[in-house]
Amino acid sequence: MTTDAAPTTTTAWTGFTPGPWCDGIDVRDFVQRNYTPYTGGDGFLAGPTARTTAVWEQLSAIFPAEREKGVYDVDPHTPAGITAHGPGYIDRDAELIVGLQTDAPLKRAIMPNGGWRMVEGALKTYGYPVDEDLKKVFSEYRKTHNQGVFDVYPPNVRAARSSHVITGLPDAYGRGRIIGDYRRVALYGVDQLVAAKKVDKLGLDVQPFSESVVREREEHAEQIRALGELKEMAASYGYDISGPATTAREAVQWLYFGYLAAVKEQNGAAMSLGRTSTFLDVYIERDLAAGRLTEPEAQEIVDDFVIKLRIVRFLRTPEYDALFSGDPTWVTETIGGMGEDGRPLVTKNSFRFLQTLYNLGPAPEPNMTVFWSPRLPAGFKEFCAKVSIDTSAVQYESDEQIRPAWGDDAAIACCVSPMAVGKQMQFFGARVNLAKALLYAINGGRDEVTGKQVSPAFPAVAPGLPLDYDDVRARFDRTMDWLAETYIEALNCIHWSHDKYAYERLEMALHDKDVLRTMACGIAGLSVAADSLSAIRYATVTPVTDERGIVVDYETDGDWPAYGNDDDRVDAIAVELVESFMAKIRSHRMYRDAVTTQSVLTITSNVVYGKATGNTPDGRRAGEPFSPGANPMNGRDTHGMLASALSVAKLPYDQAQDGISLTNTVVPSGLGRTREEQVANLAGLLDASVGADGYHMNVNVLVRETLEDAMEHPEKYPQLTIRVSGYAVNFVRLTREQQLDVLSRTFHGGL
Amino acid sequence: MTAGPALLDAPSRRRAGAGLGGIRSVGSETVDTAEVGRSDRLALMRSGELGSVHSWELVTAVDGPGTRLTVFLSGCPLRCLYCHNPDTLAMKDGEPVLAEDLLARVARYRGIFSATGGGVTLSGGEVLMQPAFAARVLRGAKELGVHTTLDTSGFLGANATDAMLHDTDLVLLDIKAGDEETYRRVTGRSLAPTLRFGRRLAERGVTVWVRFVLVPGLTDDPENVVAVARHAADIEAVRPGTVERVEVLPFHQMARDKWAELGRTYELDGTEPPTPEATEAVRDVFRAHGLTTY
Repeated sequence: MTTDAAPTTTTAWTGFTPGPWCDGIDVRDFVQRNYTPYTGGDGFLAGPTARTTAVWEQLSAIFPAEREKGVYDVDPHTPAGITAHGPGYIDRDAELIVGLQTDAPLKRAIMPNGGWRMVEGALKTYGYPVDEDLKKVFSEYRKTHNQGVFDVYPPNVRAARSSHVITGLPDAYGRGRIIGDYRRVALYGVDQLVAAKKVDKLGLDVQPFSESVVREREEHAEQIRALGELKEMAASYGYDISGPATTAREAVQWLYFGYLAAVKEQNGAAMSLGRTSTFLDVYIERDLAAGRLTEPEAQEIVDDFVIKLRIVRFLRTPEYDALFSGDPTWVTETIGGMGEDGRPLVTKNSFRFLQTLYNLGPAPEPNMTVFWSPRLPAGFKEFCAKVSIDTSAVQYESDEQIRPAWGDDAAIACCVSPMAVGKQMQFFGARVNLAKALLYAINGGRDEVTGKQVSPAFPAVAPGLPLDYDDVRARFDRTMDWLAETYIEALNCIHWSHDKYAYERLEMALHDKDVLRTMACGIAGLSVAADSLSAIRYATVTPVTDERGIVVDYETDGDWPAYGNDDDRVDAIAVELVESFMAKIRSHRMYRDAVTTQSVLTITSNVVYGKATGNTPDGRRAGEPFSPGANPMNGRDTHGMLASALSVAKLPYDQAQDGISLTNTVVPSGLGRTREEQVANLAGLLDASVGADGYHMNVNVLVRETLEDAMEHPEKYPQLTIRVSGYAVNFVRLTREQQLDVLSRTFHGGL
Repeated sequence: MTAGPALLDAPSRRRAGAGLGGIRSVGSETVDTAEVGRSDRLALMRSGELGSVHSWELVTAVDGPGTRLTVFLSGCPLRCLYCHNPDTLAMKDGEPVLAEDLLARVARYRGIFSATGGGVTLSGGEVLMQPAFAARVLRGAKELGVHTTLDTSGFLGANATDAMLHDTDLVLLDIKAGDEETYRRVTGRSLAPTLRFGRRLAERGVTVWVRFVLVPGLTDDPENVVAVARHAADIEAVRPGTVERVEVLPFHQMARDKWAELGRTYELDGTEPPTPEATEAVRDVFRAHGLTTY
């Protein structure tokens, strides 16, 4: 590849409709003025070229070794950074879009700023040497995020953490869930971005000292430094990205360099891409119109880009994998949706991104996320439904909920967390275990497993007498007060430390100066808590106490309505729990004045949370997994998939603005007798769900036998992709426990 | 309900759903049916205001087009050996539900029906055991602008008034056997009323999906299959376009536990589901009669 001379904006922007985006950083304005909505069908799409297939095959050949060992390779000596590794290639001459996280594909880097323990644990797990010099640096000379957090955690947080009532906290790993606006690199080139940042800094320099002003000054200096390193990294691949991209291929390449710099440096829990496909379509349309590009060439560029996104890797520990299974990176790309002006944000490139699932076969990454609106063009709806039926690799979020809340240039970070790209970030807060908190309420703050006093002591329920709903609900309220307070204390500590010791300088360099920060709290075990309260209210539930005086089981007499059947009696309890916990966390002061939000999402941690939770009043046995996200408990939603979705849709989005996750699995025959019927019915179900205020739907179209066969013969299914709570995974890379959990979930198969 | 592998064979005969939860909400202002005396209750049932209902479900692609609210009514005059819903056989085992409560749920799902091209399906049991209630619900659904479907054996077709059929957009007509002798062995009753009902539907312009359950050793005799196909073709011949499709439903053993729970003798305990090849061969017989068959 040759080095292109830095072009001027006048040549790079030829043919684009000018506007405010020319005078300041404003990608949304650029998109709105220049994109071409596409309302047709999938007939224009091109298949893979021989080159694409050959590159993908080279990678596919080494995936089995990676799956076998857990990692393909690790560089144990070089702490990661934007310029830490020299250039790397899959097949240098064949690649259209270049750049790898390290100097070879699938070779993982160590990222010790988050914490040395995680690095060391991972190296030992996979049989790599621990570099003693580095260990000394990161344990004696250079403080990490992990150390920072544990220096400031108070004892109540530590107790709640070790009893698993608050878990998954990003205190030993990167918080992620920050989306750099990588499009800026393509549209403006790095030099203009640096210039804009320097202007921002001037404003900070004239303000007198305060801790917040000086923190921002330091952060801005770090951002500018990171942008310099980004240019340097691109130069090592032979590209000068100081100026804007001039062609479609360059636009993809520039944008990818921005993203690559982020994943070279940060091992975030989710490293999402943003909303890039429609932006890139503007460049593709320009090149197509000028005769510089053909459709197969355009698809080839997108395919090559997606290949890169598929091989983002981080070095993680088995404990991490137990929470977030299947080696996910959440390279979430947001596709479709409607503009505020009523035009669909669907372009031909929205189709091309989804088409990669055919050209390269199904894959969990990038996490293809369609913003669904009943108003989307019919051709796009049909194509999405078709791709879902064929690949199970697409998730859907309600454009009708997200656009009014966060605008039409929002994207999903991770699974269900929406944010305005480049203008908003979140402090990822994992989640609390609401079901376990309910048991604390019953037991006066003692842990039902260890017997330890974790939350403040108060008398347990009277032994031998049926539980009284009002009494239990009042106790639960009191316990949730404590839980919210302890949880927010933990999150404030974590994000203070993360900003200080593992600041996302490149991602934040691709944000505006003043960003909206959300404190993204979360709850797990909602369905267990709601069903338990329903059982206590509508049936007779008598606690069983053990010799420690702790309630360890429940005897239930009578029927009670279960969440997941569109039955208001119990669904109202779930709604009330969401509202109530939101009100409690909102009442606390947040680090950096973040706006408080919450999610009802578990990712795959529903298995781990369930393991740490004793018998619950709904009849769930100790250790049994929770349902994922906001899903009803496995097998209790007996009135059909949509009735189940309608229960979940009642959870109010304005009280859970970080998202509400629902995963559904349906067998193909459960959608119709013919393919046309299946496509129409799935699109209809999505319309119906979004129309009923549903927020999210993961759709798996699978038969159970396929999954069972894949458990026995993983080698036959290297690309079998399924959607779990908010992301997709290779089924064969889940732990056996999680595979069984997926299998035990309701298959909605027309029964 | 977690599905076992056998449940996923498609297309398959469905089991009735699980329970009525949500239809009568606690605190609703409707009549508390438990407090209505027996004679009042009978009066309400005669007038169609009250029905005996087993359960409801919201399903896609199984009980007519789109996503549908399927309501299983209790009570059936037939005693099919392969009955997959033996718990709906007795009307007394159902729960009393007011038509207005059921229609409130239909109204609630109007948006879903219009988004998915669905509607309401009355199934059972045998819908036509409760013709007044069915008519009342169908009328109410049509007043709400909702597509309506009846899932019936047709044995009690005479119970369906013209007004009721006027409110019915689609009938899923179960032809359980092709000749009187086999029909009687399978159901204990006579085939003729079903065929009469089918002709009447065609004459009245009601669309029909014919269903046939393929049970090895019971209904799979080639002569029987041909006879059923001929009956379906005869209905189609009355008014071309009437029989929009035929669905051949392979027998399954999903109901075995229900029979056991009810303490009834289940004669098909040892019967295996037909192979996909055998099912497809039967579908070809229907196709050879010019019928669109799944």
